[in-house]
Amino acid sequence: MNTASSMGDHATIGRYETFSYLPPLNREEILEQILYILDNGWNASLEHEHPDRAFEYYWPMWKMPFFGEQDPNVILTEIESCRRSYPDHHVRLVGYDTYAQSKGHSFLVHRAR
Amino acid sequence: MSTKTYDAGVKDYALTYWTPDYVPLDSDLLACFKVTPQAKVSREEAAAAVAAESSTGTWTTVWSDLLTDLDYYKGRAYRIEDVPGDKESFYAFIAYPLDLFEEGSIVNVLTSLVGNVFGFKAVRALRLEDIRFPLHYVKTCGGPPNGIQVERDRMDKYGRPFLGATVKPKLGLSAKNYGRAVYEMLRGGLDFTKDDENVNSQPFMRWQNRFEFVSEAVRKAQEETGERKGHYLNVTAPTCEEMFKRAEFAKECGAPIIMHDFLTGGFTANTSLANWCRDNGMLLHIHRAMHAVIDRNPKHGIHFRVLAKCLRLSGGDHLHTGTVVGKLEGDRQSTLGFVDQLRESFIPEDRSRGLFFDQDWGGMPGVMAVASGGIHVWHIPALVTIFGDDSVLQFGGGTQGHPWGNAAGAAANRVATEACVKARNEGVEVEKHAREILSDAARHSPELAIAMETWKEIKFEFDVVDKLDAA
Repeated sequence: MNTASSMGDHATIGRYETFSYLPPLNREEILEQILYILDNGWNASLEHEHPDRAFEYYWPMWKMPFFGEQDPNVILTEIESCRRSYPDHHVRLVGYDTYAQSKGHSFLVHRAR
Repeated sequence: MSTKTYDAGVKDYALTYWTPDYVPLDSDLLACFKVTPQAKVSREEAAAAVAAESSTGTWTTVWSDLLTDLDYYKGRAYRIEDVPGDKESFYAFIAYPLDLFEEGSIVNVLTSLVGNVFGFKAVRALRLEDIRFPLHYVKTCGGPPNGIQVERDRMDKYGRPFLGATVKPKLGLSAKNYGRAVYEMLRGGLDFTKDDENVNSQPFMRWQNRFEFVSEAVRKAQEETGERKGHYLNVTAPTCEEMFKRAEFAKECGAPIIMHDFLTGGFTANTSLANWCRDNGMLLHIHRAMHAVIDRNPKHGIHFRVLAKCLRLSGGDHLHTGTVVGKLEGDRQSTLGFVDQLRESFIPEDRSRGLFFDQDWGGMPGVMAVASGGIHVWHIPALVTIFGDDSVLQFGGGTQGHPWGNAAGAAANRVATEACVKARNEGVEVEKHAREILSDAARHSPELAIAMETWKEIKFEFDVVDKLDAA
């Protein structure tokens, strides 16, 4: 029987779209997603924003999209640099799909401290 | 110079309408019918009769036939094929000249192709299996008001399927309690909730009242989660005037999406509503009540792939396609075939998916496939594999039936979906490793663990009635 004492409560918390219902991805898991982006022929890019403005569509780009970059370690290094430069910002990794003229992937790689 | 003379009477259709040497033009509209003729009617005559009755012909010669160039306007049966595993029926391929149809009018195309001919006595049963719309015709139709890519950009969701649910019980809730159910599901992690198709504006909940409470629920869930949310406000109504009134009010409420039932509402209403949505930046979700009446019988009616193509032309941003794995009918290969017709820009002929023609959609936007009906967390690995990212997976009972309520049910579905997408991206065969992926994800989500326990035994394993034809 479903009694009040056996029942759990789901608390609402702020989320950040794709993968924000999973535990934060570690370095190896992020690497896998970078490979997925590159294998699809998409261009990786980084965006960052302060949590107060995270709901807005446009987050500032970190440098430029990494057009043609095939080395996932370069992108991992850029994530690290972006995070160090903006420790109080969220950082998300994006895969630009030129064919769909849209993002093929987008998820948070760093939650603001 | 005219050489024809008027010869009153009845002649065989095949003399005029069976043209096996004809090579279809790129601009012809092509149709494939499954014909079950009456006894003693030859295949050629039956095919020609279908071509005639769905284009220029009638049962007798008339003098005014000679006032026009019928060779220019007539439909032509140009090929006959066996139906695999079926001796009494055959496929008839018919080519129609483009000028038989008014530009941008699905209504006109259907009135011709599936009009009187379906009651014609010389055929015992008739099924329209597929239509090849020439690109020339596609370009005359408005198509989806926004399309997949615009919807993703507007809702700011990438790299995963959208998640939704129909509010239950589907009839009888007051507007305020209904809004509560919506709020709980959205705060829990769904992207969309949906009016049930039966919900229009009944005495227990009038539309205006529902729109206001639901909009408040969406606004608050959006604010609290930081994610963009929506609820398909059903504007299907008894008249077009009323439909537009509801659409306008939805816009006033700030709703990002409305919904319509395209078959019961009709193609005229649907196309007009799609045009309104395009002008007003509104997403349009399309439900398909009545489709099974038309498409389920393998010998008679219209295959759903034709209705899906017609909807893409008429306009809609989402269309229900069945789930393959849930409580409603749907063959996997056949479903994949018409899902391609909704989303891709060129789809080659592929009989293994029930596609009889190449279909070129040009630059027409795509439609999101909606999988809804009797699905729950255990189905998610299969759904992600079958439908991919450009889809909406809708769990009505599978969200609201959760022992801890709607928010927990929504979270369970979201966790399971994200876990499957993540594993898929890592190169894991998600369907094969379903149990490990879900069990692993449930270690961090008690909501998912409880959902998996609740629905572990529920399956819908009935044989499919409308299967692809195979020997």
